[in-house]
Amino acid sequence: MEGCDVMLYALSTCIHCQNTKEFLNKCGVDYKCVEIDKLTGEERQKVIEEVKQHNPKCSFPTILIGDKVIVGFREDELKEALKL
Amino acid sequence: MTTMTVDQLYEMLRKAQEPKGFFFNKDRQQVLRLLQSLLINRERYGYMCCPCRLSAEDREWDRDITCPCVYRAADVAEYGSCYCGLYVSPAWNEGKLPTDVYIPERRPVEKMFKPG
Repeated sequence: MEGCDVMLYALSTCIHCQNTKEFLNKCGVDYKCVEIDKLTGEERQKVIEEVKQHNPKCSFPTILIGDKVIVGFREDELKEALKL
Repeated sequence: MTTMTVDQLYEMLRKAQEPKGFFFNKDRQQVLRLLQSLLINRERYGYMCCPCRLSAEDREWDRDITCPCVYRAADVAEYGSCYCGLYVSPAWNEGKLPTDVYIPERRPVEKMFKPG
């Protein structure tokens, strides 16, 4: 996954988000993670708006891989998008 | 608010929910992680908001996603598991249903964001 940006929008308490993180870590994927439940005020609102652009329901995890959006921990879709 | 351990919460919920036909997932580690998250949310918000959903930090607004959420019955009936995978049906635990299925968010989009 060289040169491919991976962004994970997560909740710190969400089991599917935790499983997604474990999967990405296990696969050695470099990714950025934002835990929205830990944000407050304007910063939180800004990130929620970002998530809504990709996933109107703003459910978690929302994962951006290049121009692909994956909602939920879906190992097969992640593998395909990450070319693993 | 009284402090509660994960083990105490486990026993309390098991006794209350099993007679209603909702069973903890047989994946005990997953259940314990989810219960720990419920205790975190109880501490944070004063109510046990679903750990897999974004809280509005408003008990009334989040009533539908306070565990056990109002979507649990429909999700367990359709998929064998609730959205989080905390509560499942006996068939799920017996391996009679696919457990790698993605359970979509049933909460209506208009409930996702509290106005104002």
